[in-house]
Amino acid sequence: MSADAKTEILARIRGALADQPAVAETPREYRKTSELSREEIVEMLEDRLLDYKANVFRETAETVAERIATQLGASARYVIPDVFDTAFLPEDTAARRAIVDPNDARKASALGVRELNQVDAVVTSSTVSCAQTGTIFLSGRPNEGRRAITLVPDHHICIVPLDSIVELIPEAMARVEPTAPTTMISGPSATSDIELERVEGVHGPRTLDVILLG
Amino acid sequence: MSITDLGMPAVRPVHGQGNLHAQVAFPKAAKEELKNDQMRANIRHATHTIRGKRANVVGEVPDWQQLRDAGSAIKERVMANLPELLEAFEQNVIARGGVVHWARDADEANRIVTELVQETGTSDVIKVKSMATQEIGLDAHLEEHGITATETDLAELIVQLGHDKPSHILVPAIHKNREEIREIFRREMPETTDELTSEPRVLAEAARQHLREKFLATRVAISGANFGIADTGTLSVVESEGNGRMCLTLPDTLITVMGIEKLLPSYEDLEVFFQLLPRSSTGERMNPYTSLWTGVTPGDGPQNFHVVLLDNGRSAVLSDPDGRSALHCIRCSACLNVCPVYEHAGGHAYGSTYPGPIGAILSPQLTGITSEENASLPYASSLCGACYQVCPVKINIPDILVHLRDEDIRTKHGERTQDDAAPAPVSHDLATESADNWRSEKALTGDADSERTDPGTRSRGATVRGAASDVAASVRSAGRKISKSAPAKKVPTQMDAMMKGASFVMSSGKRMSLAEKGLPLGRVVAGRDHAIGWLPGMVGGWTQQRDIPEPPKQSFRNWWKKHEGETEQRLAQDGVVAFASSEESADGPATTRRTEQDDAVPAIPPENSAKQPTAEPDQLGNGTNDQDGAQR
Repeated sequence: MSADAKTEILARIRGALADQPAVAETPREYRKTSELSREEIVEMLEDRLLDYKANVFRETAETVAERIATQLGASARYVIPDVFDTAFLPEDTAARRAIVDPNDARKASALGVRELNQVDAVVTSSTVSCAQTGTIFLSGRPNEGRRAITLVPDHHICIVPLDSIVELIPEAMARVEPTAPTTMISGPSATSDIELERVEGVHGPRTLDVILLG
Repeated sequence: MSITDLGMPAVRPVHGQGNLHAQVAFPKAAKEELKNDQMRANIRHATHTIRGKRANVVGEVPDWQQLRDAGSAIKERVMANLPELLEAFEQNVIARGGVVHWARDADEANRIVTELVQETGTSDVIKVKSMATQEIGLDAHLEEHGITATETDLAELIVQLGHDKPSHILVPAIHKNREEIREIFRREMPETTDELTSEPRVLAEAARQHLREKFLATRVAISGANFGIADTGTLSVVESEGNGRMCLTLPDTLITVMGIEKLLPSYEDLEVFFQLLPRSSTGERMNPYTSLWTGVTPGDGPQNFHVVLLDNGRSAVLSDPDGRSALHCIRCSACLNVCPVYEHAGGHAYGSTYPGPIGAILSPQLTGITSEENASLPYASSLCGACYQVCPVKINIPDILVHLRDEDIRTKHGERTQDDAAPAPVSHDLATESADNWRSEKALTGDADSERTDPGTRSRGATVRGAASDVAASVRSAGRKISKSAPAKKVPTQMDAMMKGASFVMSSGKRMSLAEKGLPLGRVVAGRDHAIGWLPGMVGGWTQQRDIPEPPKQSFRNWWKKHEGETEQRLAQDGVVAFASSEESADGPATTRRTEQDDAVPAIPPENSAKQPTAEPDQLGNGTNDQDGAQR
């Protein structure tokens, strides 16, 4: 049945294109390379993220662990991806503990969705960030984890290394593996469905803390 | 140019079925909708808010026009190479562990999805907001087969819980305000209490609580797609709330229904559309979440992935070279938000999944212009062009509207008996076949039927349409019988007779001059308020909307007869010798107005030309305008 449908649909389309429309070369005159300085680009990203009601912090390798501790609060069970630089993390206490997810739902140690729903937060790194639109790209790399861990917990602390920030969308997308499961995040979850008034916090994490690291 | 010129193709494209039209034509439906003041206020508020937001974020992009050019060209390429791109897409999805299905029409797509859900043994699915599944009436079809589909987008949830119909592409519940939404939630969500307020924040929280368990427990999700990438097999969903991510990530099985026109040739093309879509759609620099996935990723997300490629009339749209760019649409809804007709009539009046200006071209093209009630949609526009101006992929909606009006008129007159595409197959699905799927509860159908058989009542139509569309609507109802299928040669209508008459008079100077002798009669009719407020018969459509100013005492033709000789006199007075001059353009409005009658206009010095015509434009201007009015 399906093969028949395919044959017929393709034949219909070929029939519809019997006039053989000519196609011009696609003009790509839009900006593909930034002309801004590094500092301007970082400032732009910060500005955009704040506009989306994300929290933004500038930290160094020395201060990042303390920042994460502050954002987690004294009591927190939080998820980290399989491969993560623990030097960035605060030391575990009785009340504050990191849980490692193996980046593979098929493994026995992988957290189930209900367990993810019980944890307080998730801490990950990121692939690339676009300043122009205030967008952070996660592409399932080992220090970013599988998609569920950054989705179900209500609080996402995301590390953005300064050298991973670019200004433009074409620059950002060039750094992402096309077939990787990718999530582009521009602020905490939001809706404008009621009178087109933007409200932050629906189904995704309602708190997004971005740590600009470098 | 029509493809019939090149001979009919072996396989004709076929029109679509499903939620693409209602039994009630736009003029009638709009008239009813206009009575809903609350809805109009809600839509006005919302569309004006988003217009401003869009203008701001578009204004800050220096290369916006270059992005539009690229977007438009990419989509043109997609349409020209659609068969090859679809096959490449299929191969790449399969190579990454996905399964590809092809659906010729709504019935076939519904059947495929239903069987896929049944195979999983579940009777509950969660859904991401999707225009394609609305178009095919999937939710209703699943329900018939004992499968409960829960819409997870906030606006879709409001519509679903309110037993309502979507009225906007982006914000389906745009016609409801916060108080109305609060009432729906309170009534339909057992877990809410009277403490629920109408604060958007509180209502969003209620939706979060209501759906959380669904997200965690449901094993099958159904989505649409914003983009499909041919060279990688990647799919993308653009959203805000995170409900999309939930559906695309947590279940075991994901079924995506995608219109065949949603393809892009390569991953690189996304860099254009990820800039165009959010700014045009929600007026944000970027929407909160965009998901991209390719087939199945082991250990991450759904391990069973199906994509259903849907034709349902798209091939028919593609077969019209003058209308096929409607398929470029990326469903941003910017055209709805700027449309004066949409603002007043609301989305329900269009009777299709696709409302607004894009719906006015896409719906009749998908179903065929011969589809009785969609034939009125191309007239649901003032042709102001605002839609074209904001369209991120530069679909020339006004041009296509005019083209479709032409198709409609030619169809009515039997000049276009052969449609390039075959009519939609009759749906055997109760969900999509039911008489008025979209507005049954609005009780519009009753008197719509009587109207169709009584053209006389039509001329007292809606208030939003211009006179031209009024007249056109009258032509339609006058000339049309109830037959829904192939158009046949119709008996001449009142309009035909009038046009023939006008053509006879206007094609001869003598006859025109004779007709203009009737102008004083118009002045008598206009009476003391110098305006004609009522005309009989079908031309009454004009005076329903506005008065006709009284005709002038004499026609321009008569005025010119008396004053013709004065040019010479005046030139002589000014002491200018008549000769052809290329400098005439320097003279400003007075001389340019006269160049047609007088090729020998000399270079009149600017200071003279400024004084000279003071008496003249009045007579000239009024004369021509009024004459124009009297002709109508």
